Amino acid sequence: MKDRQLSLILAFAGIAALVPLFVTAGTWLNFAVFTLILCLAAQGWNILGGYSGQYSFGHAAFFGTTAYLTAVLQTRYGISPYAAFAIGIAAAAAVGWVIGFLSFRSGLKGSYFALVTLAFAEVFRVLANASEITGGAAGTLIKLDVRPENFQFASRGTFFWVVLGMVVLAMLLTRALERSRLGAQMVAVRENEDAARALGVDALRVKLAAIALSAAMTGAAGGLYAQYFLYLDATIAYGTWISVEALLAPIVGGAGTVFGPVVGSIVLHSLSEFTKSLVGRIPGIDLVIFGIMLILVVRFPPRNIPGLIRRWRGTK
Amino acid sequence: MLEAVANGLLTGAVYGLVALGLTLVYGVLHIINFAHGALLTMAMYAAWVCWAVFGLDPYVAILPLVPIFFAVGYAVQRFVIMPASQGDDNNILLVTLGLSIVLENAMLAIFRSDTLSVQVPYAMEVIEAGPMLLSFPRVVGFGVTLVVALVLFLVLTRTDTGRAMRAVAKERTGAALVGIDVRHVYAVTFAIGCACLAISACLLLPSFYVNPRVGNAFVLVAFTIVVLGGMGSVPGALLGGLFIGVVESLSGLYLGDSLGQLGIFVIFILVLLFRPTGLFGARA
Amino acid sequence: MPNTILKGVTPSRRALMLGAAGALAAPAVLRAQPAPIKLGILQPVTGALAQDGEYGRIGAELAIQELNATGGIKSIGGAQIQMVFGDARSNPEGGTAEVERMQAEGVVAIVGGFASPICLAASQAASRYDLPYIVDVGVSDQIVSRGLRNTFRFSPGAASITRAALDNLVRLNDAAGKPARTVVLVHEDGLFGTGAARTMQAELPPRGFEILETISHPSPARDMSNIALRIRSLNPDLIIPSSYYSEFVLLSRTLQQRRIRPKGIYAILNGAASNFRFVREFPEAANLVMDVNHWADPRKPKTTELRRMVEAQNRFWLFNVPMNYSAVMLVADALERAGRADRNAVIEALAKTDGSFTRHIMPYGPTNFVNGQNQAGQAVNTQIQNNDVKVIFPTEFADAQPIFPWPAG
Repeated sequence: MKDRQLSLILAFAGIAALVPLFVTAGTWLNFAVFTLILCLAAQGWNILGGYSGQYSFGHAAFFGTTAYLTAVLQTRYGISPYAAFAIGIAAAAAVGWVIGFLSFRSGLKGSYFALVTLAFAEVFRVLANASEITGGAAGTLIKLDVRPENFQFASRGTFFWVVLGMVVLAMLLTRALERSRLGAQMVAVRENEDAARALGVDALRVKLAAIALSAAMTGAAGGLYAQYFLYLDATIAYGTWISVEALLAPIVGGAGTVFGPVVGSIVLHSLSEFTKSLVGRIPGIDLVIFGIMLILVVRFPPRNIPGLIRRWRGTK
Repeated sequence: MLEAVANGLLTGAVYGLVALGLTLVYGVLHIINFAHGALLTMAMYAAWVCWAVFGLDPYVAILPLVPIFFAVGYAVQRFVIMPASQGDDNNILLVTLGLSIVLENAMLAIFRSDTLSVQVPYAMEVIEAGPMLLSFPRVVGFGVTLVVALVLFLVLTRTDTGRAMRAVAKERTGAALVGIDVRHVYAVTFAIGCACLAISACLLLPSFYVNPRVGNAFVLVAFTIVVLGGMGSVPGALLGGLFIGVVESLSGLYLGDSLGQLGIFVIFILVLLFRPTGLFGARA
Repeated sequence: MPNTILKGVTPSRRALMLGAAGALAAPAVLRAQPAPIKLGILQPVTGALAQDGEYGRIGAELAIQELNATGGIKSIGGAQIQMVFGDARSNPEGGTAEVERMQAEGVVAIVGGFASPICLAASQAASRYDLPYIVDVGVSDQIVSRGLRNTFRFSPGAASITRAALDNLVRLNDAAGKPARTVVLVHEDGLFGTGAARTMQAELPPRGFEILETISHPSPARDMSNIALRIRSLNPDLIIPSSYYSEFVLLSRTLQQRRIRPKGIYAILNGAASNFRFVREFPEAANLVMDVNHWADPRKPKTTELRRMVEAQNRFWLFNVPMNYSAVMLVADALERAGRADRNAVIEALAKTDGSFTRHIMPYGPTNFVNGQNQAGQAVNTQIQNNDVKVIFPTEFADAQPIFPWPAG
């Protein structure tokens, strides 16, 4: 069973890695890259929300931090994009730790935690929009200069592989976490914090580790976003859209599982792409259909599909 | 300065009314309703249609819209949110999010993207109160909000439905055990929340505008008020609304509106971190 | 309300039929039938910028319709233009995704984007395929400073617009005997408002104006009373707002309500001050507001004709329409000169566009592209007079005299 999970991850990686060899159309590669970036953000959310049970509505705070650092450090200070990316990830983890420290110390959980994270992200957004270093409202533009040493690649396929590598790495990390002591403690905190504490689990430390790791992963997604689209402003980096993206996918695909965020992202984005293709002359109709489908997906979650099939087979 | 405070109080009252629906739904159902903003937008369009198609003054439109939105709210909770979410909190979150996407874009599809407003003779009237000029629609909004809050308070404390709502809010399982139809109570609560939105919409429209995304402008502020007033507390929402209105007004006066916004979030975070039951909140 | 929807649809259906009839009537087309040329039209028709996107699309559609009804691209055997529309969803990813789709569908060029972030991302994505990209509105100066050879902007950039705004303000004030000295700046806190305000802060004092205060507000804003109160206590001669439609309408109505009457409101790239919806719905608040903005050349007969067509669709005459109309005409002109629907040929032809391109309806001098920016692109001063938007500067395009300072009362 355990090996099956590993082989599933490797199978996913192997099959996905072949995509750029067969799909050369920019439309699909662009779609795939964007989906994978958001998938990475969702995997980050999954560590905190899925495994530790702390629902954040403000993962934009992490996404934006790495995105801005990646962009600003290279454009303003001439630091290599790779180093900037790494610094950005570390900074996101630090931001996560601080937000976590403040909130968890005050004993915030449930909706209160969700709301406070949302507010932190909004504060970052307002500040980034007003401050000089982020380019303010004009945003930050990374110069288009396609060279591998600039973290820019001529082919969308190369970038796809880079992002895929990060996603698979995140999956392996999640899997390792799942079977580690820390992972077990995270699940214990999620299921019953008081009981976990009674058993000697340092709940605060566990939650802080979770939020830092979670922030780093979502931050990495932000850095990749910056390198891929080469433009950032406050609404992109710290907007609620990314907080929502990060939490939608794992919940749809199965929070607290290795594959949940991946399945969720692929399902959601395929849905959105599918409804977009139905678009008629009237703007908005496709998003109405997407919203209805989202509600239906919640009603009939894809994670239950294997179960449903099994049941259907069983009744036969 | 005095005028800014008065203006803040008047504006804050309408914020409070928007927050009232949210806090009630939160208090009883324990869910964060993401569709609140979209429902407000829908109510504003409904009020606009009343004016543009049927020639109803927005204030008169309160009369038909309140029962309509009560029914809409009841139906949405009973036939969409409840069955789709199957009682799971995370699912509720997703369903209300999905609902807000549906509503917002349905409005876009029906009314297109243009910003619409109503032209009523009193929209820009002012009432001179001593040295101050008070906007007439705002004064009406203030008065109506107070009446609505009072009625709601009476409903909650004096009627069977209200008592049932409070019972469910405190102890869901216990309430079910003593024979309260929890699902009905949930739907009624949601319906009242929507009815409040219908009133807010009619009060806002004369001096504001409506476009498919207008509700979002009020949602974050409503969340702040809900937190500030204590989640689930009716007087808290009202006081919170007035307080935020004044803070926004004063910080807007001295800091400029953009940073004034920051003030709201900072208050929001500080309250959550240090007094999560809210400044005026009785129950958590 | 359903009526309006029908009204919105009917003309375009009629347009389709017109196009078909035109195709049938033109014998050259019947004989040769060259493959239609696909042109990408990128606009945000959902999300925050949906209104602008809608109007941009109308402008592009009208241009394509006219081109097809008048014999298509003649140097390519009268080839018809086929629109490939993409919804940029009001964000850069949406724009990029649509560029990729258009590339897959084989468009020869892309027109549009509206907002600067969308234009930046979309033109960059298009540059990977050497796909010509013509910015319709986006004013950020970064757009044409990246050295992308595929990107062209027919309209002016932010720096040139603010320069025109300053110069014209000085001229206006001097001509009136310098009635205005003190200024309050009001701006939205996004890309365009902040940028405009920053330039004003730097440039107004050397020109003899005193800035009493700079007030920023978010979009959407819920309330403008605080700003109005602040303005009243400062009592400036001039208010210079740069905001989007809803906020400026709210501000000007609030000013009217609070009986605040400066000597003038001089808006820069304002969303409302050159908008007929505002003029129609709030004539009193709108009266005599001045704006520096994109605007069609009022003296070209085509402008009047196009305006009538748009108003017949029960829509308002916004600048997005003539700008997209002109940008599409620019591509058509380049195609005509290139003689083939080849991207590189089109890029070269675009770069060489000169004064012989006259099918646009903007108040610009002879076209001349330097690094993708049309040097002749300029903003004009408008003023709302007698429930109409009039051009008051530059004089060679003006159709009215400025009324400044505002008469008392």
